Amino acid sequence: MKIHEYQGKQLLRAAGVSVPRGLVVKSADDAATAFEELGGEVAIIKSQIHAGGRGKGRFREAPDQSGVVLLRSAEEARENASRMLGNTLVTVQTGEEGKTVKTLFLEEGLDIARELYLGIVIDRETCSPVLIASTEGGMAIEEVAAETPEKIFREAVDISTGLTDQQARVIAEKLDLAGTALENAVELFPTLCRFFVESDCSLTEINPLVVTGDGRLMCLDAKVSFDDNAMFRHEDFETLRDLDEEDPAEVRAAEAGLSYVNLDGNIGCLVNGAGLAMSTMDLIKLHGGEPANFLDVGGGADVDAVTEAFRIILEDDNVKAILVNIFGGIMKCDTIVEALLGAYENVGITIPLIVRLEGTNVELAREMLESSGREIVTATDLTDAAQKVVATLEA
Amino acid sequence: MSILVNESTKVICQGITGRAGLFHSQQCREYGTPLVAGVTPGKGGTEVDGFPVYDTVAEAVEVTGANTSMVFVPPRFCAAAIIEAADAGIELIIAITEGVPVLDMVRVRRELLGKNCRLVGPNCPGVITPGVAKIGIMPGYIHSPGPVGLVSRSGTLTYEAAWQLGNVGLGQSTCVGIGGDPVNGTNFIDVLELFQADPATESVLMIGEIGGNAEEQAADYITANMTKPVAAFIAGRTAPPGKRMGHAGAIISGGSGTAVEKIASLEAAGVEVAQSPADMGTALKRAIEKAASA
Repeated sequence: MKIHEYQGKQLLRAAGVSVPRGLVVKSADDAATAFEELGGEVAIIKSQIHAGGRGKGRFREAPDQSGVVLLRSAEEARENASRMLGNTLVTVQTGEEGKTVKTLFLEEGLDIARELYLGIVIDRETCSPVLIASTEGGMAIEEVAAETPEKIFREAVDISTGLTDQQARVIAEKLDLAGTALENAVELFPTLCRFFVESDCSLTEINPLVVTGDGRLMCLDAKVSFDDNAMFRHEDFETLRDLDEEDPAEVRAAEAGLSYVNLDGNIGCLVNGAGLAMSTMDLIKLHGGEPANFLDVGGGADVDAVTEAFRIILEDDNVKAILVNIFGGIMKCDTIVEALLGAYENVGITIPLIVRLEGTNVELAREMLESSGREIVTATDLTDAAQKVVATLEA
Repeated sequence: MSILVNESTKVICQGITGRAGLFHSQQCREYGTPLVAGVTPGKGGTEVDGFPVYDTVAEAVEVTGANTSMVFVPPRFCAAAIIEAADAGIELIIAITEGVPVLDMVRVRRELLGKNCRLVGPNCPGVITPGVAKIGIMPGYIHSPGPVGLVSRSGTLTYEAAWQLGNVGLGQSTCVGIGGDPVNGTNFIDVLELFQADPATESVLMIGEIGGNAEEQAADYITANMTKPVAAFIAGRTAPPGKRMGHAGAIISGGSGTAVEKIASLEAAGVEVAQSPADMGTALKRAIEKAASA
């Protein structure tokens, strides 16, 4: 689960981390008031969306407007906010469709001497959290890793002891920190690691972490996301969720216990198992088609859940044909067919349907299909299924 | 011979009184797996469909002499169940449970260090040595005994692969689902090492997917250590970056973990990579023929 920058900073502040003073605003008038309240000569106004690249991003409705702007007056705060709120910010991470900005965050301006990078993720290799730091703040860490890997420093975190002072000091020295900033770092780095572990984060990223003109460390940005599997330990985080940032179909699917990802193509896919679902997308593409979605109904889905899956696929207007690919294991083929035939009645399927079934109860399921009288195309294997569904659209 | 699961395997199921735990315990028993008991805290002394139930793994081990555990415990208790099994001297723990928090697995990995115990999973279909025993949720009938070692991060895609192998006349020595989570107990290299050393395994089919770099590391291992022919398939060539594709571990992050990189590494290691998921069985057949004519 992703959260907004301002929410991440609120959590970090509560964990004892230094973040700039800031105010959340939802109207242009509030933005002007917030500027006055912060009281400085300058302030920063930042669009709150679940995507990066906001500073370089531009609004569709106001092409000269950046997603992050330095303000010098309350009037500028008002003007910028009015061009941002309710409009669509397009960044490298949002895709062409962009994201509607509903919330802004105004922060005090800081005198910045240096910009650094700090991130914590789970390292699959060492099977532990790892603190990643770099002297190249403000840049995408992937680019730094590709171009100047020597500027990236890593320390594995033992989750029973946390990041030690010694480890924090090693990283701080590699970042050329000294004096107050070094002292701040030795406190900040272990605190951030503790926050990561205690909050079950999948990512805590501070980019940039800045050294201020007077030599202090400050978290200028905060990107925090949580491990969905651990949310049972953090029921309070549910209030941080912003459903506007999530694809409504994906939210609905999750509620039905389905795993769904919306894509741009026109062939709807209904598959059991994540690996097979991914492979089905690959297969369609390989045969010249474009998948409209990833959909894994999982192993435990019942007829209702599978019916909901059909409904979600059919509500996507781009979908012109559906490929059902089931290898029954825990999931029984007849469950799928029962839901599928029900969907003709309850949901209304008017587009071509190609079905490939194998595995548990396949014979029974095939009989059900045959005796239904519906015009359903059956396929014998993966290639046959892909060729048939692509041919349907070409016809 | 085979790997991990063989004639001396004796299995208990942790979480046997749950719906999935019981159903699959019955399925395993039907297949011929010596599933001798179950464990559910608080239900010790009872019996469920002929399986004696114990409160603790230690008790179950003491009474039955089990050396393997199949774990169906709900996600929030799964880590504790795995550690309990390891402490009770279980040598092979196969965790089927999906949805275990990743930091719990980090803790489990740390706890298992130095213990004489292997964990497979979590979030996996399990392990089957066809004709001997199946420990997990895979349909038994698609598997037949033979010379192919199968290792995979996926569930149903593994069934598809086993079915395709059957269609080209190739049975399996052992099939291992290592699971779709970012932190798990056993990785590709662990299993490849076992297959390379197993006299009954003559070739290997490996099924990977996007996310992480386990396939790239496996490619390095294959280059350096494998003499048996290997074929592979990587799922997720068309997956968009930044989106979790069902499995917690299947995500392309920051441009790394893509199928293209993985395929390139494997091909460079001499692995026959299936371009289509329909081509997994035939790809292994090609790998075997190539090795024979070399």
